[in-house]
Amino acid sequence: MIRDPVAQGLATGWAAHDASTFTRDMRLDADVAIVGTGAGGGVAADILSKAGLRVVMIEEGPLASSKDFRMRESQAYPHLYQESAARKTEDKGINILQGRCVGGSTTVNWTSSFRTPPGTLEYWQRTFGLKELTVEELAPWFAMMERRLNIETWTTAPNENNDILRRGAAKLGIPTATMRRNVTGCWNLGYCGVGCPTNAKQSMLVTTIPAALSRSAVLVSRARAQALTVEGQRVSALECAALDARGLRPTPYKVMVTARHFVLAAGAIGTPALLLRSRVPDPRGRIGRRTFLHPTCVSAAAMPDKVDGFAGAPQSVYCDHFLETHPIDGAIGYKLEVPPLHPLLTATTLQGYGETHARLMAQMPYTQAIIALQRDGFHEASQGGEVSLRSDGSPLLAYPITEFVWDGVRRAYLTMAEIQFAAGARSVLPVHEDAVPYESWPAAKDAIQKLEMRVLKAHVVSAHVMGGCGMGNDEKNSVVDAEGRHHHLDNLSVFDGSVFPTSIGANPQLSIYGLTARQASRLAARLTGRPAPVLS
Amino acid sequence: MLSRRRFLQAGLIGGAVLVAVRAAYGPFSPDPSVAEDHEFAYLALGLKERTILAAVSPVMLAGALPQDAAERDHVLLQVIRGVDAAVSGLPPAVQDEVAQLFALLGFPVTRRLVAGVAGPWLRASSEEISAFLERWRRSRFALLRSGYRALQELIMAAWYGNEAAWPRIGYPGPPALTK
Repeated sequence: MIRDPVAQGLATGWAAHDASTFTRDMRLDADVAIVGTGAGGGVAADILSKAGLRVVMIEEGPLASSKDFRMRESQAYPHLYQESAARKTEDKGINILQGRCVGGSTTVNWTSSFRTPPGTLEYWQRTFGLKELTVEELAPWFAMMERRLNIETWTTAPNENNDILRRGAAKLGIPTATMRRNVTGCWNLGYCGVGCPTNAKQSMLVTTIPAALSRSAVLVSRARAQALTVEGQRVSALECAALDARGLRPTPYKVMVTARHFVLAAGAIGTPALLLRSRVPDPRGRIGRRTFLHPTCVSAAAMPDKVDGFAGAPQSVYCDHFLETHPIDGAIGYKLEVPPLHPLLTATTLQGYGETHARLMAQMPYTQAIIALQRDGFHEASQGGEVSLRSDGSPLLAYPITEFVWDGVRRAYLTMAEIQFAAGARSVLPVHEDAVPYESWPAAKDAIQKLEMRVLKAHVVSAHVMGGCGMGNDEKNSVVDAEGRHHHLDNLSVFDGSVFPTSIGANPQLSIYGLTARQASRLAARLTGRPAPVLS
Repeated sequence: MLSRRRFLQAGLIGGAVLVAVRAAYGPFSPDPSVAEDHEFAYLALGLKERTILAAVSPVMLAGALPQDAAERDHVLLQVIRGVDAAVSGLPPAVQDEVAQLFALLGFPVTRRLVAGVAGPWLRASSEEISAFLERWRRSRFALLRSGYRALQELIMAAWYGNEAAWPRIGYPGPPALTK
């Protein structure tokens, strides 16, 4: 029997409400209202409720749990992801994978856990005046969250998809390392991305949120935070719309929340959008600016032996060589990882159609793929994207891919192909509309150097949305301070990936957990006048 | 030559005109296989959209579908239903964009000028459809490339999300768990 902490908690009478079933408005009052239940909202809810504060959580997505997680892409993407896992940038040039459910992206991510790289923190100190955010200052907060979420180095052998990255890089003398993952008793199935069916993944859904709910916190799912009411220098209320059962359109019912303090944790697209809809003070027009994505390109290889990239922990090996051998503010660097290869995501990511595409798909069990995540936001020529609002108030992210980023994409295609050939690939296919499978490294190298780098030619994806409400000590180039407090509104904080002034240069979940643990603990101490509790 | 900006402007104005003209324009003959599908409650796609998909899907999925004609027709219908399910789950603003794409493909003038398909979709040959996909896929206009990608992603997702597609690609399906 797999224990489902959500089903168990609901049976004990958690105050968890599904707004799609509402037949009247709801009014709630709390010490702290939290918008979003992902990495930021979950940790904040755990700490603030443990400090004895009355917490209300608002979530746009559904409350789903392991009993709903059937390991089927066709069910999971529309149910658990923003825009059915097909969220796009304005020009459709980048496909964004982002969760939309209780637990946010932590419910559907691939469990990869990294502390914020020291180079990233140093750049923030130097460029955004974030002097307090040192490696030493953050270390205890990361350690606390690593304990809380059982983040440990993965000791099971990597699956073949990951091991090919390791072996190919080793042949070329390029170091790789083993991931840390937030799992307890992982079955090594490979279905993290469609909701962990065994509750091994220590996502917010099975850790912090149940903890908060068991302390009488209130959760309203299928409720979209529409706007904050601003009175002078304070937020007085939050208005939310109940959504229909599929979470697409508002029903006639509202959820009105009043609170002493408001925490926004709706993610780096949702949080700026809520602030823009609320018309909060923003004299320098910083809200929604400098949004980063780790723009990611893909290289697929046909291997002589079976890879079965759908089975086993999706990410267990990574390579930081192409981040560490460049100055952080020089030409763009990239992190190498592998993606899981399930049929729907593989078919929609690979280029082409008809017989060519059908042949690639028929080779799926023999296909290996590497992804390169570009570390954006550390150079003048990498200002990221901008979140704005459509006429219906929904968010839209424009992210123009600059030549500076394309240069990294081209170098990454080269690196990935070379590693794949070194690992014994029969052919390598850069995932680009003009590319075909190349049967040798020299042929691939020659072709990649000639590929036209344009959106919707090169397939670019992102699973990491960051920035848009950047931290800084100067309101000219930031939205919140080093504690996540809004520069102009006294009782408003942002605790999610939108506060990052650049991209992280690593999968961001642990950066959000650790930073939020610090910020929420300081907030708890301020609101209660007592030291904040320690999570264990 | 049309500049990118002019093209985009034309696209926007065209979109508005299309909505007005579409209703007036006829006659239209739907694909009989989609017209006769009364067993599925379509939420997003009308007969025109489904007729376009019935024409494009076999070309998009050439080489990936069952050989047997009856089986093939059956799965193609499932693909169209799958696209409907996917589109109906998108946010309203994105559903509007998909509707605009189908309007552009469905309106005879733009079908001919922009997609390069001379006659109605129902009668278009697979070579003609393949040429259209290839032209959009490699177009210098990002808007057309995005139209191609939208069709590719919707149709591929509808087919490869379906377990009927899995045996051919060696995917065993999710492991059995005792819950």
